[in-house]
Amino acid sequence: MSEMKKKSEYLVEVNNLKQYFPIKTGFMKTTPLKAVDGVSFNIKAGETLGLVGESGCGKTTVGRSLLRLYTPTSGDVFFDGERVDKNSIGHMRKQMQMVFQDPYSSLNPRMTVEDIIGEPLDVHKLYSGKGERRDRILELMELVGLNAEHATRYAHEFSGGQRQRIGIARALATNPRFIVCDEAVSALDVSIQAQVINMFEELQEKLGVAYLFIAHDLLVVHHISDRIAVMYLGRIVEIADADDLNASPIHPYTQSLLSAVPYPDPKMAKERQRIILEGDVPSPLNMPKGCAFRTRCKYATERCAQECPTLTDRGNGHMVACFNK
Amino acid sequence: MSENILSVVDLNTSFHTDRGEVMAVNGVSFNLDRGKILGIVGESGSGKSVTAYSIMQILEKNGGIKKGQVLYKGEDITKFTEKQMREFRGKCCSIIFQDPMTSLNPVFTIGNQLKEAIELHTPRKGKEAMDRAVEMLTLVGVNEPEKRVKQYPYELSGGMRQRVMIAMALACEPDILIADEPTTALDVTIQAQILELMQSLQKKLGMAIIMVTHDLGVIADMCDEIIVMYGGRVCERGTAEDIFYRPSHEYTKGLLKSVPSVDRMGEKLVPIPGTPINLLNMPKGCAFCPRCENAMKICIEEIPPEMQMPDGHFASCWMNVKKQMEAQSNE
Repeated sequence: MSEMKKKSEYLVEVNNLKQYFPIKTGFMKTTPLKAVDGVSFNIKAGETLGLVGESGCGKTTVGRSLLRLYTPTSGDVFFDGERVDKNSIGHMRKQMQMVFQDPYSSLNPRMTVEDIIGEPLDVHKLYSGKGERRDRILELMELVGLNAEHATRYAHEFSGGQRQRIGIARALATNPRFIVCDEAVSALDVSIQAQVINMFEELQEKLGVAYLFIAHDLLVVHHISDRIAVMYLGRIVEIADADDLNASPIHPYTQSLLSAVPYPDPKMAKERQRIILEGDVPSPLNMPKGCAFRTRCKYATERCAQECPTLTDRGNGHMVACFNK
Repeated sequence: MSENILSVVDLNTSFHTDRGEVMAVNGVSFNLDRGKILGIVGESGSGKSVTAYSIMQILEKNGGIKKGQVLYKGEDITKFTEKQMREFRGKCCSIIFQDPMTSLNPVFTIGNQLKEAIELHTPRKGKEAMDRAVEMLTLVGVNEPEKRVKQYPYELSGGMRQRVMIAMALACEPDILIADEPTTALDVTIQAQILELMQSLQKKLGMAIIMVTHDLGVIADMCDEIIVMYGGRVCERGTAEDIFYRPSHEYTKGLLKSVPSVDRMGEKLVPIPGTPINLLNMPKGCAFCPRCENAMKICIEEIPPEMQMPDGHFASCWMNVKKQMEAQSNE
């Protein structure tokens, strides 16, 4: 039985989520790869939380564990006060959906657009007759800006931007209250990216869905998010209001990440001082003890090697995990 | 006086496909001066990479230069034999590709691959070539280069591999380096490292760089001059300031409005409507007109001429012709 929790102000609550993958490191020997190592955050109804970080930091894994596409190693996820576990996830997937990065591989090439968008309706039995199914599909297609005549076509007949619209219509089919957008605009051209970003915003205004917006493009994340969480090697190092984070980043990793973003403005680009990080991200199989960032951090001290800093509130909900800043 | 090193004159490149001939590059012209960084920006299918590959003559078998000249120090290299081209590639002009994962050979060590390039193009052989390889790796900031030359590509991270690619491209001290989306596959902090490296190497060695990318941020950061391409044609060319602060082509204007910027954070993005161009089905007139909100009748009918703007940069848009005519009639 799913355990009920007191109704809270948050739609999604994640407490100390851990996701380890066993990796073979020798004969009969496995080492856990700590893809996500104790992540906690909350998302309010109708809010967008941006999740940024470099490749391999575990941001995609967070999204997938959240929806139980992986079975989390430990930690709790609550959706609208109800615990998400293997018993409840069946009916909860109606409320929680996902849009994937690659619009080329996330749509079945043998299915028509109508069947792709209709599949979630079939799975959750959300219609009483063929006519109702068809009406709902056309309504969804209109919502994401596709023509009704596209319904009988196959995915390969569409451009990248249109395919991503099909993926979004599929995610919206069950009327979810929460959507995980995993690099949903990264594969698109700049001019098309703006179309899809605007559509995400309009859908939120219209339907009140909450997003976990996972991306590596900080400008896009800043644009769309209310709050932003920054991840480094499986942990959240900073989480704050989007404007606040951009104006006054506190964690040294966030500072260098923001300074590294190339701004489309030649004057700003020349004036700005980039904080270049030394070296590469360490392998998650061989994580440094203590703070994972200390190997590239210029403020690192003795203490960083001993203990792992936890997120502490620096006022206005600006949470940072760093001893020295 | 800046010295012109490469001129591309009316370059046309096409590919033969099952569904007909695709004109990937249509009358592209530009000049590159020694020691300058030129950016070619555009979306997928705009012909920016094909322009770069045409200069190097490394197009797929079904493609070829149909018309136009590529002048390197006054010599037309489109007339070169394959043997001459081999000399040209590497020694005069080098290229680095987008994906550092697939552009290195997985079965040879880093040192081996660097040595090959050096032995092919310089009199250095054997141990001498290997020393040069180590020297090049040091130059591009690879730590422990003596150890790295014995390693295979899979043992290095993405950023390190891209450094190796740059080392290989620069090993024979070319006059021109073509970088085709050099940082697209890399993370932002690694991207910053590589861009910084390219800028400092450019200052140190004085080569010219052609930077091909879709990232307006990278372009703004790196380039002295910019070419904006759409549908195989040049829309606009000028200095970085011209393009970013005084765009004169409807496509450039739209592109700049569709990226989030810090001072317009609260505002909605203004996307360019419609879908990217299909090169098999090119419009008769301006390639951008099906997506242009200010398209006029003439835009559909005729290809706009390149016109010089008051600040000296060039744009190919009928809107500018119209404005000029209006100004003249007012006088």
